Amino acid sequence: MAGTTLLDIKGVETYYGNIRALNGVDVTVKEGEIVALIGANGAGKSTLMMTIFGAPRARTGTITFAGTDITQLPTHEIARMRIAQSPEGRRIFPRMTVMENLQMGASLDNLKHYDEDVEKVFTLFPRLKERIAQRGGTLSGGEQQMLSIGRALMARPKLLLLDEPSLGLAPLIVKQIFDAIRELNRTQGLTVFLVEQNAFGALKLATRGYVMVNGNVTMSGTGKELLANPEVRAAYLEGGHH
Amino acid sequence: MAVTVSRESDSVATPTQRALKEAFYAGAIALGLFVLFIGLKTGQNMSNELVLTQRWGLLAAVVIATAVGRFLYVAYGQPFMANQKIANVATGLLPASVGSRFFTLPAFIVAVVAAVLLFLFNSSLAGWVGAEPAGYLQFLRALAVIYLLACVIYYFRAFIHANFTKLGITALVLYPILVVAVLSLNAWSIAGGLQGSLKWVDNFGIQILIYVMLAWGLNIVVGLAGLLDLGYVAFYALGAYAYALLATQYGLSFWILLPAAGCMAALWGVLLGFPVLRLRGDYLAIVTLAFGEIIRLVLINWREVTNGSAGISGIPKVSFFGLMTFNVSDPNYIAKVLHIATSSAYYKIFLYYLILGLCLLTAFVTIRLRRLPVGRAWEALREDEIACRSLGINTTTTKLTAFATGAMFGGFAGSFFAARQGFVSPESFVFLESAIILAIVVLGGMGSLVGIAVAAMVMIGGTEALRELDFLKQIFGPDFTPELYRMLLFGMAMVIVMLWKPRGFVGSREPTAFLKERRAVSSSFTKEGHG
Repeated sequence: MAGTTLLDIKGVETYYGNIRALNGVDVTVKEGEIVALIGANGAGKSTLMMTIFGAPRARTGTITFAGTDITQLPTHEIARMRIAQSPEGRRIFPRMTVMENLQMGASLDNLKHYDEDVEKVFTLFPRLKERIAQRGGTLSGGEQQMLSIGRALMARPKLLLLDEPSLGLAPLIVKQIFDAIRELNRTQGLTVFLVEQNAFGALKLATRGYVMVNGNVTMSGTGKELLANPEVRAAYLEGGHH
Repeated sequence: MAVTVSRESDSVATPTQRALKEAFYAGAIALGLFVLFIGLKTGQNMSNELVLTQRWGLLAAVVIATAVGRFLYVAYGQPFMANQKIANVATGLLPASVGSRFFTLPAFIVAVVAAVLLFLFNSSLAGWVGAEPAGYLQFLRALAVIYLLACVIYYFRAFIHANFTKLGITALVLYPILVVAVLSLNAWSIAGGLQGSLKWVDNFGIQILIYVMLAWGLNIVVGLAGLLDLGYVAFYALGAYAYALLATQYGLSFWILLPAAGCMAALWGVLLGFPVLRLRGDYLAIVTLAFGEIIRLVLINWREVTNGSAGISGIPKVSFFGLMTFNVSDPNYIAKVLHIATSSAYYKIFLYYLILGLCLLTAFVTIRLRRLPVGRAWEALREDEIACRSLGINTTTTKLTAFATGAMFGGFAGSFFAARQGFVSPESFVFLESAIILAIVVLGGMGSLVGIAVAAMVMIGGTEALRELDFLKQIFGPDFTPELYRMLLFGMAMVIVMLWKPRGFVGSREPTAFLKERRAVSSSFTKEGHG
């Protein structure tokens, strides 16, 4: 699946005030891949995700997307490069209905492909169709996650960033969501960059993976390699029931 | 270890006992609260000395009224409300609602008869019973009319609910015509009807509609975009002064200056918007509050231009699209052109339709914008700014357009206000005005046009109606001025609405995106104040 490099993160350092959260991170995502970034709480996974979107901005290093340097672009300009995000905590619009949330996702193209894409999202997540007129805030956690991914897909992204899609969800729902991501990647060739605590699920899904500790990428390899790696097993997988 | 279970049944009080206890507490609290407010009154005597008047009787009355009210509510009100929710075991039906028991046909007929009789024999009864009880008779007549209206609304509530907007607009369009017709019949002359309609069209109609327009304009900023603006009156002032200055100095027509004032206010909206782009919530509120005050202080102190506190007078009237004027001395005065009797009511009725048109324009633009990308972006911005940005929405321009659009309608309303009053001064643009407009938006349910219109009608109409309650002077003495209590009314309405309907009159909202049918989205399960 080794296509051209889509996202290239080189030597990125991000600070919150004086506190350094990212310590010179190098990550590449190639076209057509699912790349997983795993790590413990506070390792800097979500910070990296947000840094790609320029909030907070990287103090040093470069982020290149499809050959364009996006390090200094404003967040909304980065989104217009066709990078879509299902952010940590989902961040759906709670008072707007499911349909309106999806509509917001399609604002880049001014709803040109709206009807077509809405149908695609509903095929992927039939549950959302049942909840069409409900407010986002009244959905269950799993449905909110589906809505968040669906909203990101409405922008027809080249790269989909997912920040902890399994957070706080029942195992069955997690499986549904991971299946949907695999499906998207297989049928539409969508490139996915995934941040996860659920290391086992994420690495099984991923083409390649990175392990992050204290703002540094300490290990990388294919999903299978990392799953077999004793250190990874000890740190993230043992004690699980997998 | 032995556990002794205390017998709960010993401590359960009957409603009456509980009511007595609560009444006692309520009375004690009222006593504590009002002992200085009501029990003592400071005043001046003839030789300019401070005198303390003791009013223990009044204090006792207030305390007893509070205690009795609490007793009745706890002993009878609460059990009654609870019973309303319990279905009859035998029939399985809920008890007949209070509404259908209160609005019955016999009572309706009695009210019709009473109202008609009181209208027909108003003057003869007044002569017969004397001036004082006649005040009560007029009050009785008003009560009968209100009851009749409430009956009609109650029995047609489904129809009214379904066609609220259409009915509302029709009623607003017909309002001046109906007022003139009814009053002409009452006075048996059209001139008398026109004269009498002044109060109803001007004080109630135009006054309410100005606030409806201001609240709808502020709704774009606060209700849709979620930017708490406490200085909205500044844009109202800018619009008013723009018209006042340009019309008096350069003699420009209202129809040129109306869009000009709107544009100017919008420009200032953008100017205010730039420095506050990063602010939200409380911080934004403080800066906008300061902005409102700055504008007012500039108006007071920039004497060379604004004439300071004395204000600007002699602001020209609006012409009928340049075809006719409303100045009696002009050759194309409306009565001369149309060959009808001279009356000042024409101008008021014309202004009524003008502000109604401006209101409808505001509503139309708001409804249209909500369906356009920018309107949807406003609503999304209110919910989550970070999510908005990551969806590719430029939050800077989104915020600035919200400020500019809201300010523009404030400017329109301001220039209309200047034209209607013929006089502007900084007095009219104090912080209280901003607070009232914001209160109307919150009471109505943020984002809901209908709710806000109803709130404006109740609040502004209510304060105007206080002026009509002259009979209260017979109860509280001749120096009792009911309109001084309008802020009390505002406060009470705020507390009551926020207790019972924490999301405003209309908490539900119309979705802008739907598959097949449009359904209102219920406000249940959303946060308070987040309709």
